[in-house]
Parts: sequence; structure tokens; C-alpha cells
Amino acid sequence: MITDLGYGALAITFFLTIYGVLAAIWGVRTRRPDWIDSARNAMLLTFPLLTLSCLSLIYLLVNGHYEVEYVASVTSTRMPLYLRITALWGGQAGSLLFWSWLMSAFASAVTLRNWQRDREFLPWVVVVSLVTLGFFLGLTLFVENPFDRLWLLPGGLAIKSFFAPEGAIPYFQSDGKGLNPLLRHPGMIIHPPMLYLGFVSFVIPFAFAIAALITNRTDDRWIQITRRWSLVAWLFLSLGLILGGRWAYDVLGWGGYWGWDPVEIAAFMPWLTGTAFLHSVMIQEKRGMLKHWNMILIILTYNLVIFGTFLTRSGVLSSVHAFAQSAIGPLFFIYIGASFVISLSLLLQRWQDLKSDLHMTSLLSREALFLLNNLLFLGILVICFWGVIFPLISEIITGQKVTVGPPFYERATAPLFAGLLLLMGIAPLAAWRHSTVQTLGKAVWKPTVVSLFVPLIGFLGGIRNWAALLGFWLAAFVACVTLYEYGRAVIARSRSRGESLPTAFWNLAGRNRRRYGGYIIHLGVVLMAIGIIGIELFQKETQGTLAQGEELSLGPYTMRFESLAVFDTADGRNVARAVVSIYKNGRFVGELYPRRDYYYESQQPMTIPGLRSTMEDDFYVLLVDWQPISSAGATFKVYQNPLVNWLWLGGFVFIIGTLVATWPESEKSPATVRARRRTPLAAKAS
Amino acid sequence: MEQTASTSTISVPANRLKFLIGGLLIVAAVIYLIITSTQASAQYFMTVAELQEKGAQVLGRDLRVSGAVIGDSIQYDPQTLTLKFTVAHVPGSNKEIEAEGGLAAVLHAAVTDPSRPRLQVVYQGVKPDLLRNEAQAIMTGKLGEDGIFYAEELLLKCPTKYEEALPEQSEG
Repeated sequence: MITDLGYGALAITFFLTIYGVLAAIWGVRTRRPDWIDSARNAMLLTFPLLTLSCLSLIYLLVNGHYEVEYVASVTSTRMPLYLRITALWGGQAGSLLFWSWLMSAFASAVTLRNWQRDREFLPWVVVVSLVTLGFFLGLTLFVENPFDRLWLLPGGLAIKSFFAPEGAIPYFQSDGKGLNPLLRHPGMIIHPPMLYLGFVSFVIPFAFAIAALITNRTDDRWIQITRRWSLVAWLFLSLGLILGGRWAYDVLGWGGYWGWDPVEIAAFMPWLTGTAFLHSVMIQEKRGMLKHWNMILIILTYNLVIFGTFLTRSGVLSSVHAFAQSAIGPLFFIYIGASFVISLSLLLQRWQDLKSDLHMTSLLSREALFLLNNLLFLGILVICFWGVIFPLISEIITGQKVTVGPPFYERATAPLFAGLLLLMGIAPLAAWRHSTVQTLGKAVWKPTVVSLFVPLIGFLGGIRNWAALLGFWLAAFVACVTLYEYGRAVIARSRSRGESLPTAFWNLAGRNRRRYGGYIIHLGVVLMAIGIIGIELFQKETQGTLAQGEELSLGPYTMRFESLAVFDTADGRNVARAVVSIYKNGRFVGELYPRRDYYYESQQPMTIPGLRSTMEDDFYVLLVDWQPISSAGATFKVYQNPLVNWLWLGGFVFIIGTLVATWPESEKSPATVRARRRTPLAAKAS
Repeated sequence: MEQTASTSTISVPANRLKFLIGGLLIVAAVIYLIITSTQASAQYFMTVAELQEKGAQVLGRDLRVSGAVIGDSIQYDPQTLTLKFTVAHVPGSNKEIEAEGGLAAVLHAAVTDPSRPRLQVVYQGVKPDLLRNEAQAIMTGKLGEDGIFYAEELLLKCPTKYEEALPEQSEG
């Protein structure tokens, strides 16, 4: 019953998207605004309908309707309520439905904005959003349907299908298989929705860009409208990536946070083009340049979003994240190809109209440095893309499958990341239009000198790794410049307005949110860079098998194995839990409890590290093996991860900065416009 | 304002060139980084059968080999953290795997069929959780002259339960 309701709502929404696309195009062709309004209403309706569909699936998941194949594959009776709800995105079919639901939320929201000033965009925004949504709904409906039930054929074979096959009887299971234990973690519960939110909200700027191309409105209007959409998309994507890293650190048990896995890269690639886009639209707004470039970036971002969803959901590349291989691969491929060709040919048609009269004049001007930043981001993108498709290419050309691992990415991208950090320090000091070595040098030398103290102290402290010293200098340099810029502006404001320094700081951040939010983001990146340098270049690890009471040393740490207990829990796990005492420089600092949970129903083990975390370093212990009969011996893997907490702190600052930049500006300018308009009326009235 | 406009029009071609050279330098740097890093870290993906066919040609190269773990062959010494096991050949391409009935079926067939090419593996390190009979092992390392594969990295994949296994009669 509920299954039919969910499926029905899904099917209706799918046909509604087709109707909406046709109505919008028809409305434009015949110049009839009522058709366009009807298309808009269709788009508005997708959200309540898909909400109904999602609620139906959640109902089935929560109440254990195991006759539905999806429910049986991701939930079990023993799972707590919140995990059953979040199982909505625990498998392939459900996550596609969830993706569509988020997409419909954004699509509906965009219909509610005030369209008066740019009505000509409306039909095309509807078309692009609904085509995207329709594609995903089609996949959910016809290929990966979460409402499929299990049926037993007369021959004894079980198959899944929504409608009853001939002669088949429903197949009822008493319990499901349960969610993959790796996904039963708070980080994993919010990580996919954040990533998906980031993905789907980039569809909106793309829709406006395409609308601008079709209507040949070549001014900056589409960028002004979508500025906040892009920032929101970027916020969620960044949050998704950071949470994913934290989840890997806590759950995957290899002592790291980022493994250059194809699926991680798939989520990282739209972030790279999105970041480049956020920077280069500022050039278009300020200087009217780079119009083609911005179009290319948003088209790339959109296609990488679809490609990212495709990589995670198709199983085309082997990865810890990937679900099993499925038929949706070729469909994604066709869709991406078509959307890429159509958007690029639209851009080529408008190429002349987008030409700007202005040219960059100076290689050191701020706009040129922004362009350089864009090139570096795209360079990293190309490296990532190459790494992902290299096995496929080499197999086609040489017949030999050759893969590249994390060392490839680290080696190739590190210089470009360093270049980005350097630019982050220099660009805010460079002037618009024209900047020479002299003027820039004058601004740069002071922070350069101050920041050189950091690597100097590091060197005197015994660090001989030149890459680390360079990295620390760059981080210090950016921090100096950013804080200097902040300080200068605060002091200037405080003097000119007579405000106290904290008030001046607050007002400043409130007045030019994008700029000062951006600086906070830069500071977050600096902190993250420090953490990444720490763990990448100074991580230490060792492993050993200890008898009870034996010790293992790593750096300043000594770990003593105290005891081990193995027991069953009520929710179907077999837990092996060790107690170890940690000493740092001979002083007792605490006990840790690394453990291993074995999930009976899914027959999967999960290793949960013991972690002692400080700003200086993390001590990270994994229980990897033990003797089952006596509790005499156990094998541990131990990591010392220097500075890694700066990465998480930086992530936090980064998100705060993005929130500041995204928060709506206090609506002063529209208010003054309104006030001015009202004055003549008021004058008349008086 | 007019002045800057006129100067900029005069210097446009020279400027264009400057920017073009700058852009090309970056493109060249990226290409250089990609080529050298690819050469430095390329791993050749091979099946067990291919490895035994080529044998001597690939000695000392970075290889990535996948195979089906034979449960009975697993030996682990927790004191020295030495892990030894044998893997059986599984086809390399997804198409072949699909044709033979999916990953789980292929792994099962590989382990039970004694005529398939097999490879001994030695790995220094902790025994991974998922190392068990009929798991797929993806090993990175080098082939020794003794014909044993010395793995530096060991990844294991068990056929995921997702979407994969519709309940079989034998189980139900």
C-alpha cells in the first residue's frame, strides 16, 4: 500500500518533469506566459510529491517491510530507528531517490524567488532544472527502483520487480541484511547529504548560465542572481568533503583522512571548478572580463557534478565507496555527453556576444593573479581527471591496465597547491588593473620578512624537511597577509568612525561579507595546510604484537597493553576491546580503548581506533588482531599524527568563513533605493 | 581614464603575448608534473595468469595483481607479522566477470578449481580483517625471482551484499 503510494508519487513526478519541460518550451515558442507559469507550477510541485515518495520509503524502512528488496538490503530488525531512517541513502536506489528529492527542493525554492526583473530566464531555468531532475527520476523509476519488491518465481528463483511477474508469489523475508557497518557512523550519516546538497545546488547556477546563453543576456545578471546559490553549493560541498575526511579518520582505520580514492576525487573535482568559479566571477563583476571563462567553469562544474554522482553510483571504478556495478553507467555516460555538447555549442554560438572590450594589462594585477589561481585549480583538476581515467585510457591504447596510486596525486598536485597558497598571500595585496613589481614588492616584503621567522624557528627546532619548511613559510605568509589586511581595515574604520576596535571588526565583517568571509576562509585553509603538512610529512607508525603488560614505543609515546575483553552486545555485535595505557615522555596521560566490532548479520568487522588528540599530535591505536583463547597477546598498529587537529580546526574556521560570506548582506542598498523612490511620492503627499 | 585606455590599446599585442607565454608555461608545468608523476608511480594491473605468462619480464616492476584468496592457504605469524597465502586467477575485466556470473561466482569458481593458475603471496604486516576464503585480494608489490609475490600493500574486497545477492534458494 505504502509501496504503491511512494512509487506512484515518484511516477507522477517523473511525468510532471516531462510536462514542465514541454510546457516551458511551448510557452516560449508561442509567447504565452500562462504556459510558462504552468511549467513553473509543475516545478514547484515536484518537491511535495517527492517528499511524499521519500516519506513512504522511510515508512517502509522504519517498519521493516522486508518484502521490499531495498528495505531488506539496507536495514535489519536490530538497527536503531535513526539508522533505519538514514538507510534512505545507504544503498544505490535509495540514494538516487534522495538525490532527486534534494534537487526538487532546490528547484522548488528557485521558483519562489521574485522573477519580475528577469522573467526571460524563467522558462529556461525550469527546463534545465527539470531535465536534470527528470534524468535522475527516470533512473530511479526504470533502472534502480527502491520500491521494487521481491518475488518468487515458480522455478524457485527470486527476482526483484515492482509489478508481480506472471505466476510469481511475493517473497517475504523475516529480516534484512542490515546497513554496512562502515556506514553506521554519525559522520557517514551527514556526509552524503552534505555532498549531495553541494552537488544539486550547483545545478541552479548552471541553469541560470544556460538561460543567459539562450536568451543572449550577456550582462552579469545571471552571476548576481546565482552568487548566493553558488556559495551555498560550495558550502555544502566543502562540508561534505571535510566530514568525509573525518569519517575516514575515525572509521576506516588506516590512520589517514584522504586516500585519493576515485570516489573522493569524484567529489573533489566539482569542488575545484566551483572554487575557481567563485573566484573568477568576482573578476567579471568588478572588471567585466572572463565572461567565456565563467561559462566554461560552470558548465564543467555541472558536468562534474553529474560525473561525480555517476562515479559513486555506477561502480565503474573499484573503490571502497562504490556500490556494485549496475546498468546505470551507460545512461550517465550518454547524459553527460549530451549535456556537455549542448552547453558548449550554446556557448560557441554566443562567443562573439560575450566578448569584453577590456583586456588585462598587467601580469601582476589582481585580476591576472585571479586568472592564475584559476589555472592552478584547473591544473589540479586535470591531474585528478587524468589519474581517474588513466587506467581506462592505458587499457584502450596498450591493452595493459595501468593504475596510478596516491603517490601520483601527491607528487603532481603538491607544487600546484603550494602555488595556490602563495597566490592566496599575494593576490589580496595586488591592485586591480595595474600593478608592478615595485608596488607589489612594497606591499609584500613586510609580511614576507615576518613570516620567515616561522620556518626559521622550525629549522632551529630540528626540522630538515625542505618541503615542510616551505609549506610552513607559505602558511605563515598567508596568515600574516590576511591578518594584516584585517587589522588595517579595522584600525582605519575605527579611526574614521570613532568606533571601538571590536565594534569596528564586527561592522566590517558585516559590511563586506564576501570579502571578509573570504579572508576567514583563507585563514581556515592556512590551518588546514598546517595539519596536512604535519600528518603527510611527519606521520610515524609502528606495529607490534604485545603480551599483557608489554610495551610499545613510538616517538615520545609508550603504550602498555593492559587487558582485552571479548563480549557480545544486544544489538548483534561481537566486540573485542583492549585497554592500553598511554605514557608520554614517561608520564601517564590516559587509557585508550581500541576495539573491533564484528557484525554478525552482515558478517563484517569494523575497527574503531583509540584516539588521544591534542593540538600537538594525535596518538592513534588500532587493535588489529588478538589471540582468541587466552587474552595473552594482541597486535596493535599505532600512529603518531602530528598537527592533524589543525586540519579539523581549519575545516571549522573554513566553514564559519563560508557562512559569513554566504549570509545575506544587511539589505541596505535595496532599502535606500526604495527610500529614494518613495521620496517623490512622499513629497507629493506632503 | 582615457589615458589608461589609450596605453592599453597600444600595448595589447605585447600584453597578449605576455599572457599567452605565462599561460603556456603553466600548461607545460602541469603536463610535466603529470608525465613525471605517472612514470614514477604507475602500477601495472595484471591477472595471475598474465603474471605467470610474462614472469621474468616484469621482475622488479611495480605491479598490481588481483586474485581470489584460498582460505586454507592463509598462514599468519602474529609475532613477526608475516602473512602468507595463495591466490587463484580471476579474470581482469569486468565484462568477463559479468559473463561468468558476477564477482561472487567468479571468486568461488576460482578457489574451487585447482587447475587455475595460482600465486603465492608474502606480505609483511597485520592480517587484514577481510582476508578470508573467496575474498578478492588486490596486491601491490613486486614479483620475486623465486616466483613469490612480495606485496607491499594489500587491499581486500568482499563481494558486497549490496544489490548483489538476491536470496538464493540454498540459503532460504
